[in-house]
Amino acid sequence: MDRFVYLTFDGLSRGAVYAAFALALVLIWRAARIVNFAQGAMAVAAVYVAYSVTDATGSYWLGFVAAIVFGLLLGVAVEKTVMRFVDHSSPLNGVVVALGLVLIVQGVLGILFGNEYRPIETPFRRDAFEVGGIALLSRYDVFVFAAVGAVVVALTLLFTRTAVGLRMRAAAFAPDVSRLLGVPVGGMLTLGWALAAAVGSLAGMLVVPTELGLHPTAMDVVFVSAFTAAVVGGLDSPIGAVTGGLVVGLLLSYVSGYLGATVAPMAVLFLLVAVLLGRPGGLFSHSKARLA
Amino acid sequence: MTDLREKSVAPVVPEKVGRKRRIPPAVAILLGAALILILTYTLPPFRNYQLATVGAYFTVTAGLTVLTGLNGQLSLGHGALMATGAYTFALTQNRWLSMPLSVLAAIVVTTLAGVVIGLAAARLRGPYLAGLTLAVAVVVPSVTSTFDTTFNSDMGLSIALDPPPGTIPMERWQAWLCWAGALVTAFLLATLTRGRFGRDIRAVRDDETAARLAGVHVARTQVLAFVVSAACAGLAGALFAVLAQSVSPGAFPLTLSLFLVMAIVIGGLGRLVGALLGALLLVLLPALAQTAGERSGSQHLEGNLALVIFGVVLVVVMLAAPGGLASIRFTLRRK
Amino acid sequence: MTGAGALLEVDGLTAGYGAAPVLHDVRLSVPSGAIIAVLGANGAGKTTLLRTLSGLLRAARGSVVFDGEDLRGVKVEHLVRRGIAHVPEGRGVVTELTVDENLRLGGLWRRDRLDAARALDEVYDLFPALAQRRASAGHQLSGGERQMLALGRALIGRPRLLLLDEPSLGLAPRITAQIMALLRDLRERTGLTVLLVEQNVRSALSIADEGVVLSLGRVVTRNNAAELRDDADLRHAYLGF
Ligand SMILES: Nc1ncnc2c1ncn2[C@@H]1O[C@H](COP(=O)(O)OP(=O)(O)O)[C@@H](O)[C@H]1O
Ligand SMILES: [Mg+2]
Repeated sequence: MDRFVYLTFDGLSRGAVYAAFALALVLIWRAARIVNFAQGAMAVAAVYVAYSVTDATGSYWLGFVAAIVFGLLLGVAVEKTVMRFVDHSSPLNGVVVALGLVLIVQGVLGILFGNEYRPIETPFRRDAFEVGGIALLSRYDVFVFAAVGAVVVALTLLFTRTAVGLRMRAAAFAPDVSRLLGVPVGGMLTLGWALAAAVGSLAGMLVVPTELGLHPTAMDVVFVSAFTAAVVGGLDSPIGAVTGGLVVGLLLSYVSGYLGATVAPMAVLFLLVAVLLGRPGGLFSHSKARLA
Repeated sequence: MTDLREKSVAPVVPEKVGRKRRIPPAVAILLGAALILILTYTLPPFRNYQLATVGAYFTVTAGLTVLTGLNGQLSLGHGALMATGAYTFALTQNRWLSMPLSVLAAIVVTTLAGVVIGLAAARLRGPYLAGLTLAVAVVVPSVTSTFDTTFNSDMGLSIALDPPPGTIPMERWQAWLCWAGALVTAFLLATLTRGRFGRDIRAVRDDETAARLAGVHVARTQVLAFVVSAACAGLAGALFAVLAQSVSPGAFPLTLSLFLVMAIVIGGLGRLVGALLGALLLVLLPALAQTAGERSGSQHLEGNLALVIFGVVLVVVMLAAPGGLASIRFTLRRK
Repeated sequence: MTGAGALLEVDGLTAGYGAAPVLHDVRLSVPSGAIIAVLGANGAGKTTLLRTLSGLLRAARGSVVFDGEDLRGVKVEHLVRRGIAHVPEGRGVVTELTVDENLRLGGLWRRDRLDAARALDEVYDLFPALAQRRASAGHQLSGGERQMLALGRALIGRPRLLLLDEPSLGLAPRITAQIMALLRDLRERTGLTVLLVEQNVRSALSIADEGVVLSLGRVVTRNNAAELRDDADLRHAYLGF
């Protein structure tokens, strides 16, 4: 029972990170109908920036801010220089271009920083508090919840309460109509990529210290989990992404805890296959399955 | 724009393809075999080894270009399928010490894996299919840790190969084996895609509804295309195992799958010649990048420079081609 | 009714989707304060004409001059600022957004926040049905409500020129009549100029001053509304009734 409670909190903490990362995927999917397969690589790049800044200044938080800002800028750059020019006649075009970006980013990171794993510090301790003799969660977990929670709240407010949010939604759903109403659709798209990349960077900052460490391919597995989370929730649904993230986090935690850590990736694959074949529109969608 | 494209590309290219088509596959394959034979007797061992690697890559890119180029299904999981073939080969070989049996086992097991993935893939489109196959590519290598008593985790397995017959040097023998596999694969694929199967998979790619109305069983065709390309990947995996005389998960990273996609895109989707070109690039570019890396004295450059070059080429090709993949793709019209 | 007083002047307009043009050398003049109907059978190029006017489609040749300014140099996003509202075919309600969000979207570009808010209230007064459904999503609305929403959203920008693409499409005759009456009323009250694309010839000509008949992308006739109504040959030839 103790173990179950511990694993649950651990799963929710992991899940929060996947939720953030899935949210980043959903943001771009809604805005541009592209699944950004380069999201993981871009996030790793941001974490390397944080690593360098922290290394130079000795401050975790300066590195943290640098990663987020770098994420924003990288999102803008990727949209403006590459993704904007992708032909949309086939959904595969966007996928293949994003894969090209993965190779570029991983290659550049390898050249700049080398291909060894680098341990990366956390701003808070990762050993769990005990409540009534049960190990619940660590200070770091609390930090993760707070950071992801803040992002979710901020994005919700942005999209539901602000003019920019309304413009972004309109531009994503009906670009031509929006342009006729004076919405700068291209700008909204760029903004969407920037936000998504920043959220992805945050997820990277949160997850890399809890995994093997920093490496150009450090987010490959995380990407698969987050993609699964996004698919579980339905690629169109931000709420679904958050829910999906938590579901995947819990699954991973229970499977690792009860069956062994090496089984966890396969569990994610099984979940992905099950959802894709059973409910391709996501577990929470009411609408018809969307296949492309 | 459109005007120009139609005028310059459409009439020229199919004509050229059409003319090539008049050389029967069997003749092309025999010529290829002769060329390989000559090369293996003239090249130094290391070049023979590279030549063999091209053959192994060609085996998988040929199958992948049929799947992606002719049938429109993008797979990022072919690296994992190769791993399946390679491990099956290794386990069978170490147990029974019979290469024909091991190769056969590799193909059979990978084909079965292809059936499973293909069944799922046939119901998925676009980014969902890409995501699923990507997950396969990332997750499958971790299986080696789950069942480490069989697969020996990250360390992998070494393989007890049958020695080459007579006094043939190992590298030449490897080149022969790889190219035998590659040429047989190419021959079978060329024959297959010229017949009814080829017509069906292209029809499904171009317009599923129309294909269905024309009596093509869409799902079955898609599964079949996946299975065929998986079989190729299985054989290629076995060939890679022969080349390395060992298998380990590190030999089949996600980037391998991405490289394969890059190779077929750059070579011109849907053409076996393109797959060959892509396979050649997969060997040459990293070799060049390695040389450049050694010259510059930076160890970091070695593998990574090739990554960057591949990525840049892939992005540039995709953005430069109007219509993206569709215009890179060749129609392979039947005469 | 052509000449110097025209708010919108179109000349030699040729446009299409690929190599072959859909519109050929279209000439059109819309005087300020007029309601001009563009008529024509399905596929005549009416929608294409409006899309080209607003810049959603790039013209191969020809000029579109609005209030003395060549619109070809104006981005689609800036059209509302010039005073042009285009209500696209199929109404262009953003179905994922609520009624209120759709309407607010129509006024987001405006500097004068106060007047934008006032315009929003006016639209709710004009269409009480919308006021009752403020929080409903676009996809929950009926066809008539959607048309009101799209029209109301256009009015929030206080346009000088309204480009309307088949507002009667799929609506009951009674609702169509209401919308036509509203257009006439708006013109009377605010001096709004309307370029009204319609297949529903009777309705359109009931309020238009002048009609332009398009066939296979060419202007075949231009005449005042009353005469077009009575020209049986023309109706048979181009308008199919
Ligand atoms: N998106 C498009 N791509 C290619 N051709 C189109 C497109 N939209 C319309 N067309 C063609 O342009 C012609 C005019 O269409 P349209 O302007 O929609 O006519 P209308 O609005 O008068 O019914 C038709 O022949 C139609 O087939
Ligand atoms: Mg129309």
